[in-house]
Amino acid sequence: MATTTLERSFWQALPKPRARTGFWSWVTTVDHKRIGILYFWTALAFFLIGGVEALLIRLQLARPEQDLVAPDLFNQLFTMHATTMIFLAIMPLTAAFFNYFIPLLVGARDVAFPKLNALSYWMFLAGGIFLNSSWVLGGPSDAGWFGYPNYSLSEFNPGLGVDFWIIGLLLAGIGTLVSGFNFIVTILNMRAPGMSLMRMPMFAWATLVTSFLIVFSFPVITVALLLLLFDRVFGTVFFDVFSGADLTLYHHLFWVFGHPEVYIIVLPAMGIVSEVLPVFSRKPLFGYSVMVFSTMLIGFVGFGVWSHHLFTVGMGPVVNTIFSLATMIIAVPTGIKMFNWIGTLFGGRLRFTAAMLYSLGFLALFLIGGLTGVMLSAAPSNTQIHHTYFVVGHFHYVMIGGALFSLMSALHYWGPKMFGRMLDERLGKVAFWTLFVGFNLTFFPMNILGVMGMPRRIYTYSAGMGWDGLNATSTLGALIMAVSILITLYNLVTSLRNGERAPADPWDGRTLEWAIPSPAPEYNFARLPNVSSRDELWVRKHPQLAEGAAVAASAESDGPAEPIAMPGGSYMPLLVSLGLFIAGYGLLYSMPVFVGGIVLSLLGLIGWGFEGDNMRIIQPGGEQ
Amino acid sequence: MSHSSHAASMPAGAAAHGHEHHTSLGIPNHKLATWLFIASESMFFAALITTYMVFRYRSVVGPHPDEVVNIPLTTVSTFILLMSSLTMALGVSAAQRGESKAVGRFLLFTILGGIGFLVIQFYEWWHLAHHYGLTWNTNIFGSIFYILTGFHKAHVIFGMIWLAVLAVSAFRGTLRREHAVHVDVAGLYWHFVDVVWIVIFTVVFLLTEAGV
Repeated sequence: MATTTLERSFWQALPKPRARTGFWSWVTTVDHKRIGILYFWTALAFFLIGGVEALLIRLQLARPEQDLVAPDLFNQLFTMHATTMIFLAIMPLTAAFFNYFIPLLVGARDVAFPKLNALSYWMFLAGGIFLNSSWVLGGPSDAGWFGYPNYSLSEFNPGLGVDFWIIGLLLAGIGTLVSGFNFIVTILNMRAPGMSLMRMPMFAWATLVTSFLIVFSFPVITVALLLLLFDRVFGTVFFDVFSGADLTLYHHLFWVFGHPEVYIIVLPAMGIVSEVLPVFSRKPLFGYSVMVFSTMLIGFVGFGVWSHHLFTVGMGPVVNTIFSLATMIIAVPTGIKMFNWIGTLFGGRLRFTAAMLYSLGFLALFLIGGLTGVMLSAAPSNTQIHHTYFVVGHFHYVMIGGALFSLMSALHYWGPKMFGRMLDERLGKVAFWTLFVGFNLTFFPMNILGVMGMPRRIYTYSAGMGWDGLNATSTLGALIMAVSILITLYNLVTSLRNGERAPADPWDGRTLEWAIPSPAPEYNFARLPNVSSRDELWVRKHPQLAEGAAVAASAESDGPAEPIAMPGGSYMPLLVSLGLFIAGYGLLYSMPVFVGGIVLSLLGLIGWGFEGDNMRIIQPGGEQ
Repeated sequence: MSHSSHAASMPAGAAAHGHEHHTSLGIPNHKLATWLFIASESMFFAALITTYMVFRYRSVVGPHPDEVVNIPLTTVSTFILLMSSLTMALGVSAAQRGESKAVGRFLLFTILGGIGFLVIQFYEWWHLAHHYGLTWNTNIFGSIFYILTGFHKAHVIFGMIWLAVLAVSAFRGTLRREHAVHVDVAGLYWHFVDVVWIVIFTVVFLLTEAGV
């Protein structure tokens, strides 16, 4: 391009990371696998923080009339526990597996926009640190994970807690939204030759639909949070009742995001289980096409059910009925999936590995979560059990029984590919059973407590309500769950140090990620595969199968083994998110700092645009 | 003008274009991502416009929308913004023919259209604040009116910066035919900002005038 020598030397003089190993190589990486690993460890750290918050809540409720935790702190704990677990633990843990495995599953060498991918991670980290820094800067929000006004307005909630909560979520939300764009483009546009949409592994489908949910729902919570932020910081009157505001609008905006969010968490879980069950049943996934369409249907209908969170605000019988019915309809595609998973197991040669146990645990526990969900979907019964522990029991069966069990399954199934070491199977099974027992002891009593009338979010309760035994059981269960998590951590740490080295294909897998070494090389595939089957690797390993000949023929035309150009690292994604992170504090404390942060971010963006790709040529299998 | 220096001097995202020859859908990655971005932005503005619809006549004190909307003035600014979409489309067409200087000229006209639109709209803000005493703290209509139109203005300004970066490359003659997709996606964004304005103009101004 006809830039002058001077300009060219200026842009090329921008510092470009050269380190291949060590701290700076990780800070500047744009490699989807390294970003996935960063997501994994960061989300794990936030998961432990959220877990400690949960334990404090449970200890306070272990016996009636305790004062272990003060009421104000209790409110902050349940607010931060929920916010941390949803936005900083479960979603980023699924993002860790999206990042590491989506390019491998669809046969690509990276995501569509590697630098944007790095930005997603840094925005998530910035949001997480910003949110949690409120613990030492005057205390976090106590307004619940939904932050309903008018309780969250400055009039009733002075101090910066709610502002930290809003800005933290906005920062992390930018990262999530950007990764939504990135994964849709990656899945739709970066597939290997022959990898038609209906040959993609279910986890890729789940990621695709989840990403669409992110793209459509995150802007809505952005608006809700911005309106609240403007009310708090600039004195607008969106949610000031005396100015004529209707607070229900915030409820609707929040839940137009909030309900799809449930599926943003659960669809990837379903995707993981749909990968694990076929491998350990030695059978193809039963009813693949129906699974694909059920996933899409859940995503689509999931956008039309949000008002079932508002049955008690007085929307009237017609609206309540419509949202009741829409909610019940979701049980149909979910039920179809359940039967297809059972169909996959049926007649299979089952291997009860730790990964398989966690996936089977998912089937049982998610079923209970789904059934209690159907009970809640009926508006009349909802009115009775609204805001009771029944709801808490229900969504923990979905969030833990569904999401966490599947993520544990993914850790044991895909961990060897990510880390290059096998996890200890015996410890994995012990941790599974401990978690399974602890989880049910914790949360099943909540279903009963809820029907008995114990409200959510109370910091203590009187003796003699008949709630004592069930609450004590629940706290005991929570401690058992903590033991299980510690076992898993011990397993993870010791296995990564001393575990058996993972072979390329430890589980006799079916999909493309098992066709390459563990951990995956930087370029993923030395030769891009030419795909002609849903279970491409399985058929390649078993050429005697009916489609074996066709697959073998197309495998002949795998891409050429030639030098591969891979993008090198960049400082710019870190710089952009660092600028926004600083601007966040500036908004609360000092306008000059705010402006400085924004300027830093813009400089990062300009550098991003002009620095080029820092491409490196790699010779697969050899030295570069 | 060596081949290897391309990437180093192109605006955002351009570098990746060089090795973006084949995609599964046949749509360039940047274009697909821009459409997704627009889909997401549609939800953003849908939520804001819904908020306007719910809140517009709930103010306890005035001024109310029907007392302040200025149809003739806003019609002029709307016309200017729509004409900038025409010059934008001509710019995209010129980019696809590889006529770099023409691209620069059309982008410049587009930016001028954006400036004209903003001048009139900021004048309207000033007029509302000084003549009617309407600020975003006055009442709930003021809050949503300034936030809705303000976020739209912010989008126009962002688009103008984007187009300005492209225009600089174009006037230097460095925006060649193979980079047409970058003008194309900036154009998609610009048209989107116009379409949002048409909805805002209809909902905030025309419906109010019509008494709906």
